[in-house]
Amino acid sequence: MNGSLYPVAILFAAIFTNNILLTNYLGMCSFLSVSRELKTSVGLGVAVTFVMATTSVLNWLVYNKILVPLELEYLRFIVFIIVIAAFVQIVEMVIERVSETLYAALGIFLPLITVNCAILGVSLFMVIREYSFIESFTFGLGSGIGWFLAILAMAGIRQKLKKARLPKGLEGAGITLVITGMMAMAFMGFSGMINIG
Amino acid sequence: MVKGKLKKTFTDPLGKNNPVFAQILGICSTLAVTNKLENTVVMTLGVVFTTTLSSFVISLIRKWIPSRVRMMAETLIIASFVIIVDITLRAYMPDIWKQLGPYVGLIITNCIIMGRAEAFALNNTPGLSLIDGLASGIGYSYVLIIVAIFRELLGTGSLWGIKILGSWWTNWSIMIMPPGAFFMLAIFIWIVKGAIIPEKEEAKK
Repeated sequence: MNGSLYPVAILFAAIFTNNILLTNYLGMCSFLSVSRELKTSVGLGVAVTFVMATTSVLNWLVYNKILVPLELEYLRFIVFIIVIAAFVQIVEMVIERVSETLYAALGIFLPLITVNCAILGVSLFMVIREYSFIESFTFGLGSGIGWFLAILAMAGIRQKLKKARLPKGLEGAGITLVITGMMAMAFMGFSGMINIG
Repeated sequence: MVKGKLKKTFTDPLGKNNPVFAQILGICSTLAVTNKLENTVVMTLGVVFTTTLSSFVISLIRKWIPSRVRMMAETLIIASFVIIVDITLRAYMPDIWKQLGPYVGLIITNCIIMGRAEAFALNNTPGLSLIDGLASGIGYSYVLIIVAIFRELLGTGSLWGIKILGSWWTNWSIMIMPPGAFFMLAIFIWIVKGAIIPEKEEAKK
């Protein structure tokens, strides 16, 4: 494939055809629990996109510049999770100092991000698929936007759904999963466009 | 009394407090690895190993972990066990390791393990935590295995890679693709929550 086009292709593939939530099932826990309100979904979506794009770059540097030369690749799980947790902690402290309103809006979501498996998943996919620096960044950014898109759509649907009458057992997680399945089917319509492993 | 608590610790995560269908935790891997029974079984063994031992170790050192850094300490302990699982799988089952891809590493962020560490292992004795971890692991495993059996059978007509349904069966291939995973789990949760759990709750009242 054309070298200069590839990172852009990864960006779009990560948003649509290889959506991290709908085709790789990552970040489901927070997706299911936070998608009740549109407002909170936006907060979490922004935080996830930002952290994903940044940690994919940081982890790429740490993995390729430190772990690979030292032949310590098997330590990547521990190192990646430390980088993510430390980064989230720093971001939280910076936001607290810089902007009170932003902290009030994002503050509660930042701890949730450390345990969001999509963030770690992006870094692990990046290693398996052997992405370059730029590709890792676009993959992280695209995955974040894709996740944001999915949770936004779900929150919108669920706000309308409050008025619907459902069978008792299907309330909450059940119906959310059914709708997610339908969204996954809709996103499968994009699959002819681009494909990344 | 002690025996009663022991029994409750073991049976709760299998039934009404099941991590997957009652607490909706660990959904990511439930969906991702259930398209082939073989992969599912290997994955569940890895999770059982990690939940059991990490709960035990976290409980052992719970008095020395400062509460500010406890999440970090827990994550590190969990990650160490996952590395053991990862290396073992790569050495003995390279094919399955390849198919599972990043999901072995993602055992670290499986909310069940962190959830049990936070909710149980920090406040209970090592022995009890070991049982709790084991039971949570088993509770998670059997849900996954049931879902995997349905998905593989309907999606490819086979189980464990062996053809079960004859040539008359048309593969329902959406079952092994992402949407099928979401629908199958939704149906499972619906059946369990709708038919089994409410009856018990009403009986108590």
